Amino acid sequence: MALAKRIIPCLDVDNGRVVKGVQFVDIRDAGDPVEVARRYDAEGADEITFLDITASSDDRETIVHVVEEVANEVFIPLTVGGGIRTLDDVRRMLNAGADKVAINTAAVFNPEFVREASASVGSQCIVVAIDAKKVSGEGEPLRWEIFTHGGRKPTGLDAIEWAKKMVGYGAGEILLTSMDRDGTKVGFDLPLTRAISEAVSVPVIASGGVGDLDHLADGVLKGKADAVLAASIFHFAEYSIHEAKQHMADRGIEMRL
Amino acid sequence: MSSVIAVVDYGMGNLRSVSKALEHVAADNQQVIVTSDADEIARAERIVFPGQGAARDCMKHLNDRALTGVVLQAAHEKPFLGICMGMQVLMAHSEENGGIKCMDMYAGDVCAFADESLQTQMQSLKIPHMGWNRVAHKQAHPLWQNIAEDSRFYFVHSYYVAPDDDSLVAGTTEYGIEFVSAIARENVFAAQFHPEKSAHDGLQLLKNFCLWQGHV
Repeated sequence: MALAKRIIPCLDVDNGRVVKGVQFVDIRDAGDPVEVARRYDAEGADEITFLDITASSDDRETIVHVVEEVANEVFIPLTVGGGIRTLDDVRRMLNAGADKVAINTAAVFNPEFVREASASVGSQCIVVAIDAKKVSGEGEPLRWEIFTHGGRKPTGLDAIEWAKKMVGYGAGEILLTSMDRDGTKVGFDLPLTRAISEAVSVPVIASGGVGDLDHLADGVLKGKADAVLAASIFHFAEYSIHEAKQHMADRGIEMRL
Repeated sequence: MSSVIAVVDYGMGNLRSVSKALEHVAADNQQVIVTSDADEIARAERIVFPGQGAARDCMKHLNDRALTGVVLQAAHEKPFLGICMGMQVLMAHSEENGGIKCMDMYAGDVCAFADESLQTQMQSLKIPHMGWNRVAHKQAHPLWQNIAEDSRFYFVHSYYVAPDDDSLVAGTTEYGIEFVSAIARENVFAAQFHPEKSAHDGLQLLKNFCLWQGHV
């Protein structure tokens, strides 16, 4: 199989700056999104994802400008998520230069929105972002549920069933984040990643918990992910994208080098 | 004198990426326009025909805007680059949406990866085929200039073209099966992948197109 697995650096953008929190608190400034995106492109990133974590909707325009500026000079796929609630939001991001939009909370509260959006702009543009948390206790069969609001609000939805439903509604890709692992640097939740990847027909991006390069490789080899997403290990220059890709290739994964 | 590269806008997807990438590589005397105006398309020196989404919507929008004729005309006479859906609709027919009659520039079908016989052969193949895959060159072509054999380009699609005439094939890619990822004949080149999203090699292909006079 010649299709390469992808490395996707993620830029959490707040008010026009790249930030990174540990489990959604303790936010550190990591630079100007356009400069960071340019650097990742030069290092060989396969795609770039922006998550707009700006709390107030007044600042929604900021992310549109960020996407426009990046799209003018970075010629790899761009995904934008965070606050995508209406078809208008979807179109605005695509018109600004995004190739895909990630829908998260809005999908939970209004699943039909995913159907409308994919019917309108095509499944290939619609990523459904799933924030899942382990809810099974010690010794019980593994089970994960969907959480919203940065992992604070449970929904009672089973993560695997939810992923399948979203694909049925037209999601072209699943961005799967383990809320237990996000920001912890102990690695992806591999059983979760594998369970979702094997349950759906579309590509799955693993996210949440990357602390070293073996974690990325494990996401593909053990978690069966089609792409791996990470933020802080790249922002603070612990590793370059190229090093990460080389490491994954050394572990036998097909990569674009 | 300025020469115009027209990106055909028929309401199928984001054209900003295509036009920005072309602007990035175009010569100083070349002007990139995004247009749905038949006269502008007819006057342009080069045509880029992109598109994403479903075949049914694509053909409907082309027909509603009365652009099918002028696009076909352009495909017969000047440097013409089809991208993704803009490649697929050049074929006679697509399996998508229960069967769609396309522009019939070339004999052949557009087939689904999800076809059952392929699925068993390919086991757990993810659809859409999304990401960076290799393209093998099947004919020498000016648009492959300075692009290494088996370079990777960015793909996102669930259907692929199967032209009746093998001599159309300019590039192939493997995804469970070997499928046609680029076609070329005379002044037409078309690709299933997205050169505008394929980093350095993609920009090189677009640059080659900007320089191409439409002869093989």
